[in-house]
Amino acid sequence: MEIDVRKVAMLSRIRLTDDEAAELGPQLTSIIGYVEHLSGVDTDGIEPTAHPHDVAIPQRADVVTNSNRRDELQAPAPKTESGLYVVPKVIE
Amino acid sequence: MPFTSLSELKTKLDSGETTAVDLAKLYLGRIDTYNETLNAFVDIDAKHVLEQAEASDAYRTKHGPRPLEGLPIAIKDIFCTQDGPTQCCSNILRGYHAPYDAHVITRLKAAGAVLVGKTNMDEFAMGSSTETSAFGICRNPWDTDRIPGGSSGGSAAAVAAGLAPAALGTDTGGSIRQPASICGITGLKPTYGRVSRRGIIAFASSLDQAGPMTRTVKDSAMITAAISGHDSMDSTSVTDAPSVDWLGACDKTDMKGIKIGKPKEYFIDGMDADVRASIEAALAKCEELGAEIIDISLPHTEAAVAAYYVIAPSEASANLSRYDGVRFGHRCKDPEDLLDMYTRSRDEGFGSEVKRRILTGTFALSSGYYDAYYIKAQRVRTLIRQDFINAFEKVDLIATPTSPITAFKLGEKTDDPLTMYLADIFTIAVNLAGLPGLSQPCGFVDGLPVGLQWIAPAWREDLILGAASAYEGATDWLRVPAGFGGEA
Repeated sequence: MEIDVRKVAMLSRIRLTDDEAAELGPQLTSIIGYVEHLSGVDTDGIEPTAHPHDVAIPQRADVVTNSNRRDELQAPAPKTESGLYVVPKVIE
Repeated sequence: MPFTSLSELKTKLDSGETTAVDLAKLYLGRIDTYNETLNAFVDIDAKHVLEQAEASDAYRTKHGPRPLEGLPIAIKDIFCTQDGPTQCCSNILRGYHAPYDAHVITRLKAAGAVLVGKTNMDEFAMGSSTETSAFGICRNPWDTDRIPGGSSGGSAAAVAAGLAPAALGTDTGGSIRQPASICGITGLKPTYGRVSRRGIIAFASSLDQAGPMTRTVKDSAMITAAISGHDSMDSTSVTDAPSVDWLGACDKTDMKGIKIGKPKEYFIDGMDADVRASIEAALAKCEELGAEIIDISLPHTEAAVAAYYVIAPSEASANLSRYDGVRFGHRCKDPEDLLDMYTRSRDEGFGSEVKRRILTGTFALSSGYYDAYYIKAQRVRTLIRQDFINAFEKVDLIATPTSPITAFKLGEKTDDPLTMYLADIFTIAVNLAGLPGLSQPCGFVDGLPVGLQWIAPAWREDLILGAASAYEGATDWLRVPAGFGGEA
């Protein structure tokens, strides 16, 4: 199967240069070709596994444990103002 | 001294023969001398290491030693640490400082360990050779023209070359066990859910698990004892995990009554004949020690690689969507609009292997393909789990090669990602099934280490530690590579 690498890259929100697309396209096709071996495995009536153990997700007590650490948590952000993350204009 | 085990260093510290500050100076000196060759560490803050060591010595004087008091431990760059940068060896996180410690880091600090810096790794732990690091390749101490394995290659190289007595790694498809094997040391991936993943930069959340990389089996037990246990902030860390007598499990000197399964699918055509001979010799030694070797079959082994290379990239494509240039990490210059910011920041920040995995995962999860790839892979995952459940009705433990080959040359497999993926063929199924696995040295081929992998049922790390300790005690495969000052 030939994969439209540009389309997948757009879904991934990654811009590819022409050189990258030329390299990654055939590689992606080859990787997907390899994993297509799975179609040969008989999985009729087999449930999917999302988590390796059959355990319930534990719940913790519903109490507030976090304090206001906004400044620390925003310190690594590329751009903030008045405690908000600043991004390019979304709506005209 | 630099090649002394963690447990012997503990004895020396406890008897007053050495101090945490002396050890810190010793290893910092060695890093200074040898890191330029190996590039095992990507960040070292000597002043901060010495401060931790001084604080540890003071704690010992005042309160007595904690379980890892004063012991230096190197940390893979995937663990968030409040002190110093956490960059996952990716340009997208270059300069990132985490606002909190990973749970396992908190645990190591509480046990008195001295953290000696961040080790090199494949970018976002995606790779088997540490060649995808944005901070330069890492070299194998046994032959510096060869790869140290991956993704925890820096941790493995650091321990093998005596730049640290122990290190933390993470293992998603073999990233602790394979580099441990390739560098001739011991590495343990605990049962999924044994150790909290909080603060470990996520790759594939249903597979990732942290664990120790050490010189001896007991050293691995010491560290796992310190880092394991439930964390209320990670819902995948299990609340009622059966406990293990970590150190007691390492007292075994024989394998009497132990049934070891030898899966025929792990002794395949195409694997290195000398590696195979080393593993066969190791199994013969186990028989000498009292074990019974039983031929078993894990019929879905071959499908495991394909299932893994759907599931891991799918989870990665979701996890890595957080790197969008908004809240942390790299943002491109002068974005025209929001989409331009996302797409350009991610193109500039991610290396090619990370892009390949994100694209693979995005494709497998995309509309029209989701059932055929992602759900199909999850069904195969169930069959792989069932293979192990069936096998463990007949045997206590499974023994296999860790890797079908020894360390390959730098650059040898970078052209074709698929051949690199096949390097993980013997380690991947363990992650898919959530089982514990350990690799320990069991021989050399042309001067390069070979690793023996042990696999146990979930929560039975004690069985692995017992057998591996008995094997270690009866052999002498833990050696020192030439050229790193161990000769003196």
